[in-house]
Amino acid sequence: MSQQRVIVVGGGLAGLAASARVAEGGMSVDLFSLVPVKRSHSVCAQGGINACNEVARQQGYSEYEHFDETIYGGDFLADQHPVLEMANWAPRIIDLLDRMGVPFNRTSEGYRDLRLFGGSLFKRTHFAGATTGQQLIYALDEQVRRYESEGKVTKYEFWEFLAPVIENGRCVGIVAQDMRTMQIRAFRADAVVMATGGCGLVFGKSTNSIICNGAAAARCFRHGAWYANPEMIQVHPTAIPGADKLRLMSESARGEGGRVWVPRAKGDTRDPKNIPEAERWYFLEEKYPKYGNIVPRDIATREIFDVCVNMGLGVNGEKQVYLDLTHKPRDYLDRKLGGILEIYEKFVGDDPRDTPMRIFPAVHYSMGGLWTTHTKGSYTPAQPRAKHVSGATAPLDSRPGQGLAPGATNNMMTNIRGLYAFGEVNFAYHGANRLGANALLSCIFDGLFCGVSVLNYVKDEEPAKAPAADMPAGAFDASVDREQQAMKRLLATVSGAKPDTLTNPYAIGKELGDEMTAACTVVRTKARLEQCRVKLAELKDRYAKARLPDNAGWGNQSLGYARMVGDMLALADAISLGALERRESRGAHYRSDYTERDDANFMKTSLAKHANAGVTLEFVPIDDTLIAPTARTYGKTDAKAPAAS
Amino acid sequence: MEKTAAANRTVRLRIKRCDGPGKPSRWEEFRVPIEPGSNVISCLQAVAANPVTVEGTQTTPVVWDSGCLEEVCGACTMVINGKVRQSCSCLIDDYVTGNDDVITLEPMSRFPVVRDLWVDRARMFHNLKRIKAWVPLDGTYNLGPGPREDAATAERRYVLSTCMTCGCCLEACPQFDLEPDPATWDTSFVGAQVFGQAQLFNDHATSRQHAGERLDVLMGPGGINDCGNAQNCVQVCPKHIPLTQAIGAIGRAATIHAFVRFFRG
Repeated sequence: MSQQRVIVVGGGLAGLAASARVAEGGMSVDLFSLVPVKRSHSVCAQGGINACNEVARQQGYSEYEHFDETIYGGDFLADQHPVLEMANWAPRIIDLLDRMGVPFNRTSEGYRDLRLFGGSLFKRTHFAGATTGQQLIYALDEQVRRYESEGKVTKYEFWEFLAPVIENGRCVGIVAQDMRTMQIRAFRADAVVMATGGCGLVFGKSTNSIICNGAAAARCFRHGAWYANPEMIQVHPTAIPGADKLRLMSESARGEGGRVWVPRAKGDTRDPKNIPEAERWYFLEEKYPKYGNIVPRDIATREIFDVCVNMGLGVNGEKQVYLDLTHKPRDYLDRKLGGILEIYEKFVGDDPRDTPMRIFPAVHYSMGGLWTTHTKGSYTPAQPRAKHVSGATAPLDSRPGQGLAPGATNNMMTNIRGLYAFGEVNFAYHGANRLGANALLSCIFDGLFCGVSVLNYVKDEEPAKAPAADMPAGAFDASVDREQQAMKRLLATVSGAKPDTLTNPYAIGKELGDEMTAACTVVRTKARLEQCRVKLAELKDRYAKARLPDNAGWGNQSLGYARMVGDMLALADAISLGALERRESRGAHYRSDYTERDDANFMKTSLAKHANAGVTLEFVPIDDTLIAPTARTYGKTDAKAPAAS
Repeated sequence: MEKTAAANRTVRLRIKRCDGPGKPSRWEEFRVPIEPGSNVISCLQAVAANPVTVEGTQTTPVVWDSGCLEEVCGACTMVINGKVRQSCSCLIDDYVTGNDDVITLEPMSRFPVVRDLWVDRARMFHNLKRIKAWVPLDGTYNLGPGPREDAATAERRYVLSTCMTCGCCLEACPQFDLEPDPATWDTSFVGAQVFGQAQLFNDHATSRQHAGERLDVLMGPGGINDCGNAQNCVQVCPKHIPLTQAIGAIGRAATIHAFVRFFRG
């Protein structure tokens, strides 16, 4: 029989973890990435990775509470079983990363240090300085390099994924393009894992890397993969405004004691250091006495937005609030937060150890993504349990297999056989809002746990009987031909004339980002979303007539950019439609015309499907058989007025 | 911070361009308006949207490599006014203050140019394979925690582990030459990046078992003996990695390793 192969698209944490697991299982891996994998967007993750640990456990924490926090934090939108399994595996994943040599911060005794993070009252976040994502991806990159040197992994870096190849409902490979030579070719595979991350670029400026455009997910979507909860876009409360991007200021700044405030008096332009305590409004601490500055992101974001936009209390009347660490000792800050404080210093010019930082929310993460399925594990209680009381004894232990069936071939498989989605590109774990430091966990969990599912699928199911390598060339040739025609059509638009904004793909991309940010982020309304969809239709028309500025047959970045704008328009269509149709407020999705959560109608996954006529949306029930939904208040009080004291 | 720059000003980007390997280089100049927070990346984005030179000639968008835009991925490294650095952290207002000031952008010279400012740094990743820059894991199964590590060791390793493979240290090194042919990579000089990474893994309790093999490589062609001790590397490292200390540590370990190897036969 021919040698079986697995393709992994994307070399961030999810893609690298999947590659390592599949290679370890004895299967050859072809790993595709827009960039050398070590430069993937996972490097930008700062704060840490959550897991139950011995210290927290002895204080009453458990894997079960981590699970409960994640469901509650996600405002009861996630199917619950995958989340349970992920939380149960978290401590084992930390141990593995530890063995890989991640330089986690250490206590004086040499144990892994822990910090507080949003949505939890326990220290359960492991970290390596304030560049945890960078350190984690480097560790996985090193392991995959080892497999590469042994010939088990082949990397295709600077290759762009163009489309899945689907034959009789089964994914049997991909079409990709070498971004240097511009060669387009098909690659056969018995399974394809999409691990291509988020779609921040749809919103123009975000905290995401320039490569996080969502195009790969959109290309699967356009070829029949379903896209779930597209409207669930996380806006991170604390980012640094910039001309080219909005740089993240990690939640760990608040986890390590950072306090968010504005002057109580409107128009107070004094140097923040000269404003006495009594004249500062620590609005998160006042409104949420229990969680204070570490309320989940959607809540902090809306409060900051409210203070700046509705109350006009932003610093210097602008859309910014203070994030203050100046009460902490310098050496403490350097040890725990050095990396992010340097970023602020470098890009703003102030030293955050001396001067409070000025920050504002920015688009950060997509909870939604390619729809995936799974096989439930052994835990199926007769009744859903009430919300867990923090610190109470866990109702079940953390044995594997209770949330998901290990090795079941459909774990994190899309609706297309053999096409999987791991990490941020799927929708499975974070519901309507992701808790800080759960993203790194879900990426690595998918790669390691569901990597086995991929192996089993290839060994036991359709690919075992009909390997992709033995299939007739027809489907592959047709896919290559289609992509080549699309490229030729775009290149033929080059005329050498001066670009005009109507047909300039860069202008269309920028207008798309501005529109999506204005209509589809912190506060959404029916009227504004409908206006947004009219604008999207206009942009689609203009895109059909887009003219490229470059027809080079080598290293043509304009081609890649222009092609991607078309894919971002497809995702924007799904995001805005989901936001319009979900007539409730839940997690990151806040509708000022429907301010309450509506479990009866909308505790459901929104499922977008792409057809020739456009995007359609339906709502399908979620599995909430483990925890019964409760109101998500985080102990909010009535502290409304700033009332200068 | 005090900004002395004029409002509503422009800068001129003078860019060394090249259409591909083996093609001649040329210079083109673009005038770009500046807003607060503008950096070299936002200027290049403006050029891409409107690729017209100062002479009014329509040209192609400049090609460059970038990723995170916050100096943790290493992608956007280039030579700016003669000095190698990341272009994302090059803020215009901090860099030049006059109206219509010129900023010169060139690709790194020690790596083959793909197009314009985009270079191919595959050799850096290849060199990590030469020294087995990884912990030799038994596998991804659950085998409990890794070795306990004191805080000082973890902090020492963390600094080395922030190396983002950007290539600044190699661009600044007088001993590190352009080697487009991968066939030469196993014998050509590895440069400071690799000494830092070798030290990172030789300092780890599990990975130390490969220390001898790493030192064998670094005592061979392209290894420690090729270092001219110019110390340019440590001055240009954007992450302030103590590269000369790492080179010193590897040099000392190599001497001891050679001695032991000689007597053991």
